[in-house]
Amino acid sequence: MSKKIGVIVFPGSNCDHDAYHAMKHVMNADTTFLWHKDKEIGDLDLVIVPGGFSYGDYLRSGAIARFSPIMEAVQDYVKKGFPVLGICNGFQILLEAGLLPGAMLHNEKLRFVCKNVNIRVENNRSLFTSGMKEGTVLNVPVSHGEGNYFIDDEGLSDLKEHEQIAFRYCDANGNVTQEANFNGSVDSIAGIINKQGNVLGMMPHPERAMEPLLGSSDGIPFFESIFNSLQLA
Amino acid sequence: MSQTTLQEPEVNLELAIDHGLTEDEYEMIKDYLGRTPTFTELGVYSVMWSEHCSYKNSILEIKKLPREGDQLLVGAGEENAGLVDIGDGLACAFKIESHNHPSAIEPYEGAATGVGGIHRDIFTMGARPVASLNSLRFGDMENPRVRYLLDGVVRGISDYGNSFGIPMVGGEIYFDEAYEGNPLVNAMSVGIVKVGETASAIAEGIGNPVLIVGSSTGRDGIHGATFASEDISEESEAKRPSVQVGDPFTEKLLLEASLEALKTGAIVGMQDMGAAGIACSSSEMTAKGGLGMNMDLDKIPMREEGMTSYEILLSESQERMLIVAEKGREQEIIDVYEKWDLNAVVCGEVVEGDRVTYWKDGEVKADMPADSLVLGGGAPQYVREAKKPEYLDTVQNFDTDTLQHSDDFKTILLDLLNAPNIASKRWVHEQYDTTVRTNTVNAPGASDSGLIRIKDSKKGLAVKTDCNGRYVYLNPRKGGQIAVAESARNVVCSGAKPVAITNCLNFGNPYKPDVYWTFKEALGGMGDACRKLNTPVTGGNVSFYNENPKGAIFPTPVIGMLGIVEDVEKHRMTPGFKNDGDAVLYIGAERKGLGGSEYLNTIHHLTTGDTPDIDLDFEAILQESLLEAIKSGNLNAVHDISDGGLATTLAEMAIFGAKGADVSIDDFAGSLHEILFSEAQSGAVISCDPEKVEAVSDHFKKFNIPVHEFGTVGGSELTINDVVSIQISEMSNRYEGAIPKAMEV
Repeated sequence: MSKKIGVIVFPGSNCDHDAYHAMKHVMNADTTFLWHKDKEIGDLDLVIVPGGFSYGDYLRSGAIARFSPIMEAVQDYVKKGFPVLGICNGFQILLEAGLLPGAMLHNEKLRFVCKNVNIRVENNRSLFTSGMKEGTVLNVPVSHGEGNYFIDDEGLSDLKEHEQIAFRYCDANGNVTQEANFNGSVDSIAGIINKQGNVLGMMPHPERAMEPLLGSSDGIPFFESIFNSLQLA
Repeated sequence: MSQTTLQEPEVNLELAIDHGLTEDEYEMIKDYLGRTPTFTELGVYSVMWSEHCSYKNSILEIKKLPREGDQLLVGAGEENAGLVDIGDGLACAFKIESHNHPSAIEPYEGAATGVGGIHRDIFTMGARPVASLNSLRFGDMENPRVRYLLDGVVRGISDYGNSFGIPMVGGEIYFDEAYEGNPLVNAMSVGIVKVGETASAIAEGIGNPVLIVGSSTGRDGIHGATFASEDISEESEAKRPSVQVGDPFTEKLLLEASLEALKTGAIVGMQDMGAAGIACSSSEMTAKGGLGMNMDLDKIPMREEGMTSYEILLSESQERMLIVAEKGREQEIIDVYEKWDLNAVVCGEVVEGDRVTYWKDGEVKADMPADSLVLGGGAPQYVREAKKPEYLDTVQNFDTDTLQHSDDFKTILLDLLNAPNIASKRWVHEQYDTTVRTNTVNAPGASDSGLIRIKDSKKGLAVKTDCNGRYVYLNPRKGGQIAVAESARNVVCSGAKPVAITNCLNFGNPYKPDVYWTFKEALGGMGDACRKLNTPVTGGNVSFYNENPKGAIFPTPVIGMLGIVEDVEKHRMTPGFKNDGDAVLYIGAERKGLGGSEYLNTIHHLTTGDTPDIDLDFEAILQESLLEAIKSGNLNAVHDISDGGLATTLAEMAIFGAKGADVSIDDFAGSLHEILFSEAQSGAVISCDPEKVEAVSDHFKKFNIPVHEFGTVGGSELTINDVVSIQISEMSNRYEGAIPKAMEV
């Protein structure tokens, strides 16, 4: 059965079409847009909070988006156990909304960074990553100015204890190095999951790595992994 | 009666001259009106007749450029941007524009609003922007002010473009003392629209309502157009308030709302507001429709109180558009803009006659024949005095043989790779979102041109900006020819057929006869090449008065080239070496002459000699044969030879592909310095499978293009005879390290 996926559109979203294209035309999923003023999610198997600049993000990325009608609906959706994936600005919004722990700071060097990076699958015991082997290296683009993930020591221990770290920045061979941690994130964290296991936030853009023509198709095994889990659920 | 009226200064010749108008122009205005202009009218004429809006000193020369072509859907200057038929029912709108003067004073906002302005030109035509490029020029990086400008400009472009969500796919940056104090910031936007769904910037239909949409109007940017029409001086700092302030989020809303509003079919005409704001957009739309327009300035949504009609009309507040709607259907448009939380207010009406009339506080504040204001209508047009600059004979007769040339070729090559003009610009383009919208096939960096695929089509668009200002300075005609030819060669090297150009003509003060002579010659050269390569001019922008207290910048006519890749999966091409054992071949003209080269600039600190020769007939055949070879699938890598010559080209191919090569230059004629560092035109390095060498050679021989195999890909070193042998890592360190090191001082 075809999966039903919703992609949220904030007025300043600009990766909404990237996510839509990846889901609809590469993964062949039944995909719809959700407007930021919508109050209901409806009957969907997965909601993607895409990248961009939600409401301009002149204050703090995602700080205003958390108050939008659609994010209230997302809170309910998450409570009911449905899966939500936040990419880039989507991750920032999920942090601001309290659906994931920690906060996002400006990149260490205080500059926007857009390039392809490597990330390592840290655990495959989540619905998002179960289809991939632990230690798998994915080559995916990043494109952000505020992706320096911060959490205090206690929070970091908590993340580790509950196996909430999904992805860490690494080199091409899967080694987590200082050099690979280009934005200065605590513990090289690139993506985390909530305790319940149904919310994933990540700074890299797997939806931009779906076609060899564009340089990488490493996003495909990631989305296949999610799709397989949803089938089983 | 409002107080502002009482405070308005008396209009006389002196005030007109203060507004940048000449005595003759002031007389023309009085003739058009049959009376003395009001203060508001004087302000409107002064901006509409500024160089920036009227092209008064350039239009007669621009009209000599070739502007005809089968694929052009609108003529140059007819709409906000050129429109080219790219097949499959699609058209490409593209244009380049300068924001030099604001960026010199306030680099962040100057560059940001430059990006915003050029994207608005594209989506006001109904096209969705899909790619950005920018062409930048700065002074010497040793100067901290230059580093400040570079940093500010890049941040401005980055913050605006990334938020707006259009990938940056290409561009170029040059550094030279000639641009000290007057950097060039040229931004280009490329958009796609279905043929037949474009919008026109016209006011038609008597009784149709006029709406202003987008941001509210403030005092920012008043007289920006006038400011852009004079030399930059020490007083320029005081004009910082003439620089507009950008809001990319609102621009994003304006983009989405405008494209959605166009779908209603209720829009008759649409024009964005850039230079000279409401005055320019309303008079241009009105003049084009051949009717009149009444506008009530009290209806304009304002962001500050107490603005006069003069200020409202001249404000360059960003992210606004003017729309003429079908009468009775205005609410459909308003609903769309409200959905996106933007203003959309009826503020006027298309009327009989031929005048634009602006009301405020129940009074007519300005009432002028629309046609008298605009380019192509009543705005003045001048031919200026032209005189060949004296320095040309001296530099062109310079004999490079008189120089002491070092034989340490390894050091020379490493120094060239480390030169800011050649070194990797990764530090810059990694600050731009290059992959958003998931179409980017060739991003900036390891490619001869930017390349995007078009979804739902097999095609791709290759785009490139180019101009070597040094070449134009040393020989304006050849420099103009080369700017076009090289940008065309660059898109060919990515697998595209060049189809049309846009241009941004950056020059000094046109009232100086030597500047004007150079301008005419450079345009003549561009025209020669455009005709020969069949790439007509679709439009663009002129930026004069690029001077600093030391003199004019290098004449810099930046070309924005558009190429179409027929089958992007099959024909896309990149310059990096691909496989060990691949054969390395040279195709093209002899490598001779060091004039104008980066070698002279970096190693000898000289800007001299004659610009390399270019045989346009040969160039056209080279490009045709090269494109055919790429399309045959026989080539694995292709790289144009440009700044830094053959040695630099080979080094880049090795760095990009992380594969070395061993080559022999025994078959090349000339001195070693010329073979390795000449910037002779019409040459490229290609690589192919060894078993295909014969087929590839035969192909080029068929076109009478000289070709010879001169090496093999492989190993971790670049070896050239016994004169150069360098590890890729060593080259890469210099190539990648130069700009970050300079910026992190």
